[in-house]
Formats: sequence, structure tokens, C-alpha cells
Amino acid sequence: MTIASTTQGICFLVLSAAVVFGSLGVVLLPNIVYSAFLLGGVFLSVAGLYLMLNASFVAAAQVLVYVGAVNVLILFAIMLVNKKEAMADIPGLGLRRLLSGGVCLGLFLLLLRVDLTTPWAVPGPSPIGDDATVRIGIHLFTDYLLPFELASVLLLMSMIGAIVLARRDVFSIDIVTGDDVDQALIEKSRTPLLIETPPAETTALETRR
Amino acid sequence: MTILRSPLAAVSSGLDLQGSFTTAMEGFGLTPGTAHLLWLPLPMLLVLVAAVIGVLVNVWLERKISAAVQQRIGPEYAGALGVLQPLADGLKLLWKEDIIPARADGLLFTLGPILVLIPVILSWLVIPFGQHMLISDVGIGVFLWIALSSIQPIGLLMSGYASNNKYSLLGGLRAAAQSISYEIPLALAVLAVVMMSNSLSTIDIVNQQNSAGILSWNIWRQPVGFLIFWICALAECERLPFDLPEAEEELVAGYQTEYSGMKFALFYLGSYINLVLSALLVAVLYLGGWGFPIPVEWLAGAIGQSVDAPVVQVITGSLGIVMTVLKAYLLVFIAILLRWTLPRVRIDQLLDLGWKFLLPIALVNLLVTAGLKLAFPAFFGG
Repeated sequence: MTIASTTQGICFLVLSAAVVFGSLGVVLLPNIVYSAFLLGGVFLSVAGLYLMLNASFVAAAQVLVYVGAVNVLILFAIMLVNKKEAMADIPGLGLRRLLSGGVCLGLFLLLLRVDLTTPWAVPGPSPIGDDATVRIGIHLFTDYLLPFELASVLLLMSMIGAIVLARRDVFSIDIVTGDDVDQALIEKSRTPLLIETPPAETTALETRR
Repeated sequence: MTILRSPLAAVSSGLDLQGSFTTAMEGFGLTPGTAHLLWLPLPMLLVLVAAVIGVLVNVWLERKISAAVQQRIGPEYAGALGVLQPLADGLKLLWKEDIIPARADGLLFTLGPILVLIPVILSWLVIPFGQHMLISDVGIGVFLWIALSSIQPIGLLMSGYASNNKYSLLGGLRAAAQSISYEIPLALAVLAVVMMSNSLSTIDIVNQQNSAGILSWNIWRQPVGFLIFWICALAECERLPFDLPEAEEELVAGYQTEYSGMKFALFYLGSYINLVLSALLVAVLYLGGWGFPIPVEWLAGAIGQSVDAPVVQVITGSLGIVMTVLKAYLLVFIAILLRWTLPRVRIDQLLDLGWKFLLPIALVNLLVTAGLKLAFPAFFGG
């Protein structure tokens, strides 16, 4: 056994263990922030597995998209809303956990059966290394053009959704009743600090309500 | 798993240290595998040491130049002209007590600075100082750097969250928002360069620029891309005018507030190594990398020497290292001067600049480059 293959074996074992235990931690840990950070670790380990398959471009893209964008956004969202408050007890928590655990176990067994019954080609096709970048580009702009463009439509939809959610003034009319809806933020009226304000202005907030 | 592309396969000229080392070791009766194993840690160690020394030089420059800008003297007692001052700073940080705040999350608090530093050091993998003088000529070159630099905000968010301090959290969130916003125009500016050189590899990018010395550097063909890249690189390094995540007047010190001792030193190292790295990448992508303003082939021809002669190879190799470092430190000088000259932008101005100005300009730059490449393939890498 050469040094290279030993190193490869050790790397594979470590990365696989990181993926398996990391993803278990993502699901099972009670602290959502830990779950999110572990998810980043899992993504990185998957990138490492790609690297071991000689797919360096896919590995770098995995790091850039999943770790650099998706995971950072997840963390961002968690940290913006994460308030330390006690969760209310959910009724029938034990039964729910049992059911979801059963579904997951069933899915796992199904995948295991597929894995064991499929005749895999061992060893697989030899990796083409750095030429993979060119090959991926050619495929994306020829036979995979339609899925590629459809993915961009999906992104456009999510972008429009985000803009609609962020710009609350778009819906100034209630869709159901047709009445005007007051979308103004409840905030203190802006008055300069040192200038005497007329008494009528101070009650503006109450009268508007 | 290809870690090192075999340099023996490359036919292009230039000093090949690995080849010489391997041959010399085989001369002592070692197998090629063992010789390779002995060689592997050497460039990594060398680059690590170079990066740390680069930081020391950088800190000294920062102190001296800031003093000159403000008409002070700056450090002067530790060594001649205060050159030992950064070393004293480092030693002080080494001896300081390592504090983890009582209500902080100890594990994440410790992991944060490590996650910030590791991607920055890993990125040195693709920085070339000569034809064969880099750790690894991976095919995805600059893309590896872009991917690695996107890991950093996770470390910043982690340390900001784990400190259990509102200023730290705000600093971490700002750092993440800033780095996401500026990564996109940065990548688009790099993409225009990559499109011209038909390769992601840093070696190919430099070789494509060095056909006619200073005249063929990318800065003349990509002036807008150069400016976009420089602005985005400053924002990624969190240098003034973009040091929002650690704005002293607003956030104490941002995500670094609760840190001291070596953990703080890791942040400090990370930010300065990142600055040198960005300057090196600007030099590689736009200023011809290790290239001399006049092509060395012409100079060697003028004095009647072959480029492949051993003496000429040693001279050109050293000249390449000197040129790369010189260009990088010129850019570092500009960055330091900018830091002590410009005021800080506001967070809304920062995001406006990134999304509403740099992103459209970078897209237009990419489109124009593609058009020029089709129209003038001789000048824009057909």
C-alpha cells in the first residue's frame, strides 16, 4: 500500500465520518445555531469528498455556493430572529418524534436496498481532472441549456418574492375586503430635539389611531 | 488526487527548484517517492514563514506611514527605525491572558478566529512568485481563492455570535453582509480577466500578460475591472473606508470586542495576511505578476545570453520574486495611505455602492470584455 492510497483512505474515512455525524448533529441538536454551523461543516466535508474524486471545480463551486452563500444566509436569518425565549411545549412531542424517526428509518432502508441491489461499475469512469471545468461549461450551454435557464427562472421568482416581502408598501389595499390598509410603521413622530413643539403635534399618533 | 502537477511535464523555461531538489535527493540514493515526500513540506513552510514575515513588515509599514501622514515619528526605539516594534507587539499578544467571557459560548468563541485565519492561509496555495514558484498550480486557480474567501464570514459570524455581546453580533452581521455584497462584483471582475486568458490558473494568467512587458499588463486592457477589484478587495479585507464591521466609534471593535491574547492575534494576523494576499492577487491579475516591465527575454538577448543559461535563470527567478513582492507592497502602501486619508462610509452607502454601482459596472465590464474579445482576438486573448 503506497503512501498516497493510505492518505486517501484516511481522508475518505474522516470526511465520511464528518458528513454522517455532522448531518445527524444538524437534525438532532436542540440549539439551532449549532445546527446551522454544523451544516456548514457538512457542506465543507462534502466538498472534500468531491476533491477526492478529482472534481476540484465542483468542490470549489460547492464551497462557494453552499458554504459561502446558502449557509451564511441561513446563519444570517437565524441571528436576526434568534430570540432567547423558552419554546412552548408541543403536545404529543414523543409521538411526533417517533413518527418522523420511523419515516426517516424507512427512507434509509429504501436507499440502502437501492444501494445494495444496484450493480455499480467498479471502478467507475476515470476522472478527467481540470478539464472538467470545460466539460461542465459545454454541457450547460448545449444539452442542459433548458434546465439551466429554468433554474434562473426559479431564482427570479424567489427574488421577486423577497422584494415583495421586503417592500411592504406594495399592498396598500387589503386584497380580501378592498379597504385601505395602514402599512405605516408605528414609530415616534420625528420632532427636532431642542425646538418647542406645538401641543397639537404631540397627539398626532393617538388621533391617527 | 493530484496535489502537485508534475513540473517535469512543463516545458516552459524558468527556475525549477522542485526538479533540481528531487534530482539532488535521488543523487543521494533516495527513491523518487521519498524525495517528493521530503520536498512537499518545504514550499508550504516557506510560504507560511513568508506570509508571517509579510505581516510583520506590513504592521511596521502601517505604523510608520500612518505616523508620517499625521506628522508624527511613529515607533523608533525598538530596533533601528522601530523595525522590531511589530515583533514586540506579537510577543505582547502571546503573553497576554487568554480570556473567554463568562457567558460566552466557549467552543464557538475559540473556533471563530481559527475559521477566519485558515481560509486566508490556504489561499496562498495559488499565489505564484515565478513560473514554478508556487505551492500548487491547481487548474481552478483564482476560483479556489474566491471559494475559500467565502468561508471567512462564517468565522466572523461565529465569533460575533459566541461573544454574547450586542456590538460583537452587530459587527459579525455587518462583516457577513459586506463580504457577501462585495464578493459578486469581485468575482465578475476576475471573470473578465479569466475570459481574456482562457484559464483559471494563476500561472497562465501571468504568462498571458508578459508578452511585451509593461505594455501587455492587464491593467491597460481592464482599467475598470482593476478599479472594481481593488475596491472590492479593500472591502473584503475590511480596510478603511470599508471597516464597518469593526468601526470603533459605533461598535467598540465589532466582532473582536471580547477577544484578547492569541485569539485576537489570530484575527489580526488574518486581516493583515488577507491584505498582503489581496495585493498579491491584484499584482498577479492586473500588474503582470512576476514580470519585469521590460521582458527578461529581451534583456537577456541584449547582453547576448540565452534565457535557459543557469545564471540567467537564477537572476530571472530572483527578479520575479522581487517584482511580485515590490508590486504587492506598492499596493499595500496605497491601501495604508487610503486608510489614513479617507473617512469611513456609512453602512447604507457601503451596500448601495456594492449593489447599485459596482455590480452593474462589473456586469457591463464583463460584457464589453466579451465583445472586445470577439472583435479583437489578437489583443484580448482570442
